Amino acid sequence: MTATAPPRSAPEAGPPSGKPAAGGRLRPRIPVRLRQIGLPYLLLFPALILELLIHLIPMVFGIVISFKGLTQFFIRDWGSAPWSGLDNYRIAVKFNQPVGEALLHSFWVTCGFTLLSVAFCWLIGTVAAILLQDAFRGRAVLRAIFLVPYALPVYTAVITWTFMFQQDTGLVNHVLHDQLHLTSDKPFWLIGPNSFWALVIVSVWKGWPFAFLCLMAGLQNIPRELYEAAAMDGAGVWQQIRKITMPSLRPVNQVLVLVLFLWTFNDFNTPYVMFGQSAPHAADLISIHIYQSSFITWNFGSGSAMSVLLLLFLLLVTAIYLLLTSRKRGDADA
Amino acid sequence: MASPKSFVWTRRVVLTLLLLFVLIPVYVMLSSSLKKLQDVQGSFKWIPSSLTFRPYIDIWSTVPLAHYFVNSLIVSVSATLLSVAVAIFAAYGVSRYRFAGRRLFTVTVLSTQMFPGILFLLPLFIIFVSIGNSTGIQLYGSRLGLIITYLTFSLPFSIWMLVGYFDSIPRDLDEAAKVDGCGPFGALFRVVVPAAIPGIVAVSVYAFMTAWGEVLFASIMTNDSTRTLAVGLRGYATQNDVYWNQVMAASLVVSVPVVAGFLALQRYLVAGLTAGAVK
Repeated sequence: MTATAPPRSAPEAGPPSGKPAAGGRLRPRIPVRLRQIGLPYLLLFPALILELLIHLIPMVFGIVISFKGLTQFFIRDWGSAPWSGLDNYRIAVKFNQPVGEALLHSFWVTCGFTLLSVAFCWLIGTVAAILLQDAFRGRAVLRAIFLVPYALPVYTAVITWTFMFQQDTGLVNHVLHDQLHLTSDKPFWLIGPNSFWALVIVSVWKGWPFAFLCLMAGLQNIPRELYEAAAMDGAGVWQQIRKITMPSLRPVNQVLVLVLFLWTFNDFNTPYVMFGQSAPHAADLISIHIYQSSFITWNFGSGSAMSVLLLLFLLLVTAIYLLLTSRKRGDADA
Repeated sequence: MASPKSFVWTRRVVLTLLLLFVLIPVYVMLSSSLKKLQDVQGSFKWIPSSLTFRPYIDIWSTVPLAHYFVNSLIVSVSATLLSVAVAIFAAYGVSRYRFAGRRLFTVTVLSTQMFPGILFLLPLFIIFVSIGNSTGIQLYGSRLGLIITYLTFSLPFSIWMLVGYFDSIPRDLDEAAKVDGCGPFGALFRVVVPAAIPGIVAVSVYAFMTAWGEVLFASIMTNDSTRTLAVGLRGYATQNDVYWNQVMAASLVVSVPVVAGFLALQRYLVAGLTAGAVK
């Protein structure tokens, strides 16, 4: 790792090397220092421009649109769409009217879906990571196989589950009805109330390996001596898990749960591949709902207002979460 | 550590159940891709009555799969390379320099992770269309537009992870390189980058998978000639019929390179997460 071999050609990679520049002119001091101050900004510049272009400017723009009556008539020239003030918001939160009622419904569906999915992803990921912590025969193979759902592209994974959930030809009904005789007939999974559970199952199947991956990495940071010392003191495996593993994983868990929450709450891919542009009532996740309000009914102003409300909600939850978790961490890493 | 019997048995049972949960869909994908159309149209059978490779031949003509494949490959590889390059510079800046706005930058970039994609889909769509109208640079419907979009998706996570990784590389190393006559960029490429290879590989894997699997922007921002696999696979479902055996065959063909690549590199991902993000 000693990359300091003495004979080196002039460092071509970077122009602002602290050395006096070639070209005869002696450079005054100030520009050098200025360049040194400017360097970090130069390094960040590409990232900043891209974030501005793709995330921040569109976001501000989205907020502007949410105050406009932007429908398909104005899509060629969005600037000419009339201002509508808070109308889009007012309609979105009138929960006794059809638009607001549907939004509120899909919000609750998304909350339930997210809670279940995050809880199961975290739980299964934790269990699997802990069970694979110690060396035993086949551990490497299991670890690789458990990561397969994460590695599969979302759409191929979800399409396969969609096939399994087909009413007549799917594996799920074949097992439940034909083999285990648990159901009297073959239920629908992709329409009706069952669709919610189908969505949760697919989301957990696809999502838990990410938790597993992060927690496996987190477990590697726990010094083995802790376990040895605990074993000396007579602590059994279960006690070691409770007293050493779980507390050590807390920082990982704090980030992991937040990330899982945000990803799941915003998840568009899974319901979109499963149900297409309009999800069944029971599985009408908010991202699909907004997509439909914007692109299918061509009411972009209203869709944007709903997106902004969603963002505000996520900001609020994140802020509360960060406040709660950082207080607990407190002095550990000020 | 000597595990007690109860623990070993719990482990066996739980891991077996998990293994089934993970592998059943994979088995369905594989076995169905080898069935005749009439076999996937009837009730599901665990064991195919007869095997055929026909779906693997038909998938290329039912939809222009090869074309979608190339599109996905171009978009994902470009987005990955650019994203990783941009992330390396940014992470180096954040990790090695103290400057005004450092915290603001990290917080801003990380918080873009929480934006619902749907919030900036439409504005971005309008921005791309108006850039095309006013400058002639076609971003909407082009691969370029998709590449730029995707490269920002993995950027926050990549920067975050690489900052952690670069922080774990002793500063003395690149200070020494600078004393020996390297500029900051020389130190970055001769010392920091080589030492951070596992982290960089991990970030590349993540960026590639993000781009390869994206559905929402791919379905709005592409046209017939730039369509990616994420949208193209829908072509196997016609008005009357879904060619499930072909869908499964195509899914498998699309998945195998990604899964194989991922499994080959997953060690780096765990190592990268261990050193970088998870601390």
